[in-house]
Amino acid sequence: MSIFVDESTTVIVQGLTGSQGRFHGLRNRAYGTRVVGGVTPGKGGTDVEGIPVFDSVREAVATTGATASFIAVPPRFAPAAILEAAEGGIEFIVCITEGIPAQDEALTYNRLVEEHPGVRLLGPNCPGIISPGKCNIGITSGDIALPGGPVGIVSRSGTLTYQALYELSQKGVGQTTCVGIGGDPVPGTNFIDCLEAFQADPETRAVMMIGEIGGSEEERAAQWIAQNMDKPVVAYVAGVTAPPGRKMGHAGAIISGSKGTAQAKMAALADAGVRVCQNPTEAGEAMVEIVRAL
Amino acid sequence: MDLFEYQGKQYFARYGIPVSPGGVADTVEEALGVAERVGFPVVVKAQVKVGGRGKAGGVKLATTPDEVRTHARGILGLDIKGHVVQRLWVEHASEIAKEYYASFTLDRPNKAHLGMLSAQGGVEIEVVAAENPEAIAMLPIDPVRGLDVATARRWVADAGLDEAARAQAADLLVALYRCYTEGDCDLAEINPLILTPGGEVHALDAKVTLDDNAAFRHPEWDEFRGDEFEDPRERRAREKGLNYIGLDGSVGIIANGAGLAMSTLDVVNQVGGSAANFLDIGGGANADVMAAALEVINADPKVRSIFVNIFGGITRVDEVAQGVLEALARVEIASPIVLRLDGTNAVEGRAILAPHLNDRLVTEPTMLEAARRAVALAR
Repeated sequence: MSIFVDESTTVIVQGLTGSQGRFHGLRNRAYGTRVVGGVTPGKGGTDVEGIPVFDSVREAVATTGATASFIAVPPRFAPAAILEAAEGGIEFIVCITEGIPAQDEALTYNRLVEEHPGVRLLGPNCPGIISPGKCNIGITSGDIALPGGPVGIVSRSGTLTYQALYELSQKGVGQTTCVGIGGDPVPGTNFIDCLEAFQADPETRAVMMIGEIGGSEEERAAQWIAQNMDKPVVAYVAGVTAPPGRKMGHAGAIISGSKGTAQAKMAALADAGVRVCQNPTEAGEAMVEIVRAL
Repeated sequence: MDLFEYQGKQYFARYGIPVSPGGVADTVEEALGVAERVGFPVVVKAQVKVGGRGKAGGVKLATTPDEVRTHARGILGLDIKGHVVQRLWVEHASEIAKEYYASFTLDRPNKAHLGMLSAQGGVEIEVVAAENPEAIAMLPIDPVRGLDVATARRWVADAGLDEAARAQAADLLVALYRCYTEGDCDLAEINPLILTPGGEVHALDAKVTLDDNAAFRHPEWDEFRGDEFEDPRERRAREKGLNYIGLDGSVGIIANGAGLAMSTLDVVNQVGGSAANFLDIGGGANADVMAAALEVINADPKVRSIFVNIFGGITRVDEVAQGVLEALARVEIASPIVLRLDGTNAVEGRAILAPHLNDRLVTEPTMLEAARRAVALAR
């Protein structure tokens, strides 16, 4: 099984007529994802290589029955697009947009939780989700993933998500689902949401977790793992050599004071029984060992 | 972007938060001019983006023109924890009856805003938090509901602010919350927030961090940028829209995505090298961005080799390869380049580079091998 998406997931792309939406939307379809529509206000009635475009999410959902949305619109439009998706009846929203102001993110997340409690948002500023061989929503290159499990991947960093997938696939270890939760300050889905789903998924038998400096999500995840998880977990945390007090690209990746350092996160994860590795390659090798011993 | 105190106070004033009358001075004469305009006594304050200015001798009271001259002369050029003072803020000195602390920031674990208010201001809030945590009244704020005056009134009472300060403080906190949200701050902090013997409440300091992602809707932030005194390497990179942090090593790093860039620094370190910088070309970087990144690294004399670590997702590897060739055609790159290219359009990207590979431009199949090669070349 997979988590959050599967072969029956039907997807619309908000921003399908833009350059990113078109490139990745078509790539997702080519991978086998059921991309059933696009949304661009004012362009309803047109199509992108046979994918019908609608003026609104509501219309797209009414016509196609889509359950998921892939949002690829610029930062200033993304918060409204997320809420439109939820109001339009979408259950699972993937927003890859990078650079949304933190105030907008905080407001949008809380409105979503309060007004649409059943809706799950993945991102913003995330690579998306891929369940190899079944569904790929987002910007992950499908050819680096390997179907069949048994590993679930959850990652806070975009490119390191690909690196993790690649390390495993190269070694012949497949994945059930790979979720990139993104590095922004207010992610819609966090580590614990994914760990909980992987723990409950019978086909996922081990989990790889990729963290990075900043915040305390890895520490919270470690606590959850210690209390709830009986599947083996391998972790890598980026940013051991990052200078303190500097923002490393993501709003999330900043160390302030003693909390949030890679060392503190690695120690917390190790205390929770997680196998902590020093680089992505080592993490891949550790996972191969674990999978062989299952 | 962190603001200087004077910029923070200017920003506060836009939202109706009372601050002391004052002005900026880059010379002793300017300092004197401001002092005479706002009236003695004045406080002469070093403008550096680092804490502990007072202890370092960067904040002085002056009651006469001669004292202003002496203090301005002494503080300008002063080195405070590696930050050389190039600018002063001179303001009318306030009489202080009580010092409080107030701030708003994002509480990431709770995905909500957090207000912190304490009747024990004027000292480092971290110290208060460690020694006397109950002295800080924490107020979680739902971004959807915001902060209203009624809640602020209860909050100032809970925090134990003096009766005389409460009504004004509540209004000020609502204004500060508006500055924090509408003004797109990551942090808006006042320490100390003071009550004067005359019963006035106002901000005596300002610590503001702006959210760079919101710059598109704040044209007024441009004036703050011009006033930044930053690492010339970082300024050049920022002008080209790159996310760059200068470090002290010899391996220049270019990667796509903050996580991969950080991981690249870590791996270079693990194989015995040290990074000259952090450089994330971001998602969707095209040939131009890649060429600009190489030029920025090339301008750093400490760089002995360059490690380009790309895992294409939204970034397409063929675009990156094109950018490398463009940069090589535009400028002479002083250091050998080691490339590791995977992900979206990696095959196309490698094919573009293949005819151009030589001992100054090499590729390696994995991140670890590329790191080892780059570190060896830097020696």
